[in-house]
Amino acid sequence: MWKTILRRLLIMIPEIIILSVLVFILAKAMPGDPFTGSINPKADASQIHHLMRVNGLYDPWYQQYWNWIVHLFHGDLGTSYEYQEPVTTLIAQRGMNTFWLALFTMILTYVIGLPLGIYAGSHEGKLPDTLVRVYTYITMSIPFFVVLVVGVWIFGYTLNWFPTSGSIASNANGLGSTILSRLQHIILPGLLGALFGTVNIVQYLRSEVIDAKSSDYVKTARSKGVSTKNIYQHHIFRNSLLPIAAFAGYSITGLLGGSIFTEMVFSYPGMGLLFLNAINYRDYTVITSLVLLYGFLNLLGTLLSDIILSIVDPRIRVE
Amino acid sequence: MRDEITEDLLTLKDVNTSFKIDGEYYRAIDAINLHVKSNEVLAIVGESGCGKSTLATTIMGLHDPKNTHISGEIIFAGTDLLQLNEKQYNQIRGAKIGMIFQDPLSALNPLQKIGSQIEEVLLYHTTLTAQQRQQRVIELLEQVDINDPKRIANQFPHQLSGGMRQRIIIAIAIACKPDLIIADEPTTALDVTIQAQILDLLRTIQQENQAGIILITHDLGVVAEEADRVAVMYAGQIVELATVQQLFNNPKHPYTRSLLRSMPQKDSFNDELYVIDGMVPSLQKLPTVGDRFAQRIPWVSADKHEVNPTLHQVAPEHFVRCTCYQNFSFPDIKRGA
Ligand SMILES: Nc1ncnc2c1ncn2[C@@H]1O[C@H](COP(=O)(O)OP(=O)(O)OP(=O)(O)O)[C@@H](O)[C@H]1O
Ligand SMILES: [Mg+2]
Repeated sequence: MWKTILRRLLIMIPEIIILSVLVFILAKAMPGDPFTGSINPKADASQIHHLMRVNGLYDPWYQQYWNWIVHLFHGDLGTSYEYQEPVTTLIAQRGMNTFWLALFTMILTYVIGLPLGIYAGSHEGKLPDTLVRVYTYITMSIPFFVVLVVGVWIFGYTLNWFPTSGSIASNANGLGSTILSRLQHIILPGLLGALFGTVNIVQYLRSEVIDAKSSDYVKTARSKGVSTKNIYQHHIFRNSLLPIAAFAGYSITGLLGGSIFTEMVFSYPGMGLLFLNAINYRDYTVITSLVLLYGFLNLLGTLLSDIILSIVDPRIRVE
Repeated sequence: MRDEITEDLLTLKDVNTSFKIDGEYYRAIDAINLHVKSNEVLAIVGESGCGKSTLATTIMGLHDPKNTHISGEIIFAGTDLLQLNEKQYNQIRGAKIGMIFQDPLSALNPLQKIGSQIEEVLLYHTTLTAQQRQQRVIELLEQVDINDPKRIANQFPHQLSGGMRQRIIIAIAIACKPDLIIADEPTTALDVTIQAQILDLLRTIQQENQAGIILITHDLGVVAEEADRVAVMYAGQIVELATVQQLFNNPKHPYTRSLLRSMPQKDSFNDELYVIDGMVPSLQKLPTVGDRFAQRIPWVSADKHEVNPTLHQVAPEHFVRCTCYQNFSFPDIKRGA
């Protein structure tokens, strides 16, 4: 097991190298430069050329790439042109914010989604199932950002229950009030994200449960004299939940990328917003670092899912 | 039909099972009267779709009452199974009646170890301790001729071959030494050499446990080898019920005779096989009156059939439906005698 995981990690290295080259070239191919308009608007072309030269932006691309990689290995992702801060510091800050929101959203998603999916599946065709399905259809037919905007308008601006921007109150001091303030900031975006995220889980789980109910192995279990309750507990639920467990590995790394919509509407300083701003300002160092990070998270998510799946499903082994 | 319930292990009296299709109920098995004694093998044969599995699952009580309607009496060891609630039924399923399914590939839970799938049936029907159950699992695996039972008990279904899995299913079915075993085409999914082994195994177990067996098959070769008595089913009805000797030496019903004629003969290579035209009609298309087999033997004129065909006794233990068998003959076909 550990050997195969190690091997999978090794295989990831060439994938990451290829990814990094692609990311770098694409970033370079983007039109515009990071300086025009961001320094003194009256700055003339020669000043910008000077800045470009000093920052090594006129070097051949492989030279620039190599510099970037060497720095990367020293934990130096460069300095953001926009924020004038080391990219690592930026990502660490924003990443922390996104991490809390992602974790909270994920927990809520599963806490809401699993019981709903199981309940709908085991009561197929009955009233609770119909209600759950109405809920999933509604959520599917409304765009996510509409829900976010309406949510923040009602619960944030109108009812004033939750803060409408930021990740923590500026006056939060001490552990207790820090945690409390963070929670206040993530409850609404987390809840709205979860209400949306559950739809996939609910539908998937529901159909898994329904399939399992009519499966041959459940028939075997019934012919063994196992009660309906025990069949649900030992066969149907277990078998239906396993694919979801594996999917969790993938979705946690996905969430860590940050949700651009949520962070935009809630002005929540996370990874998604960082990425969006970086693109707007042609903040190359940030863009390349983030895209690389997203790619890495993606690969990691796949690996994590495979590992979880191989643990929970005996038919699958990571080879 | 006979009335000595006392010596019969299982007696079916006028059992009907109807399925709801598009809001209406259609009979899949119709007025079945049968009995099975301890220590005997009753074979049920018939084409695909004639209701064999439905009969088995009706006895096992595996139908969803929401879209199935069952009437009649199924007397097992003195109790009418149709009067039992779910909890009472569960005390019989797995303990007193074991069932072997057709497809060993899908009948086992893919995510549970073999050992715990066998153990499950012991868990609900015995008072054995965990350790005793483990012990019994190993014994059972040995009984179904599995080498290295300790290792196999720790494996998952996908790691075993089809024949091995069918042995596991048999081990589950016999774990509590049931009085009755229902085997629904236990060898159809297996290749020929394995088929013979599995049937031998069933025979041995039946003799050891003195169990009655209902063996569902569409293979008349298997019937000849394994069964004591045979019920031939057509379109949800029993058309002929006889001992194996009677059935093979003196078949009466045109359907039985067609089936026998369609059997490949070991000693006559040149003969073409006889094939009965058509197939079992779907439930919605079953004729409501008259002989259901009539449409497959159009050369027999309508007045030869009974209006409401019933079973007629032609010999001790030998029953035939409809009077049309009396002067039935096959139309001229190429096949030699
Ligand atoms: N749950 C169900 N709902 C509706 N119709 C059903 C159901 N189960 C079986 N049937 C129908 O009942 C008839 C008998 O089916 P059954 O499975 O008992 O046949 P069988 O003799 O076991 O056939 P096979 O040899 O193919 O297994 C068929 O027409 C089938 O389509
Ligand atoms: Mg069948």
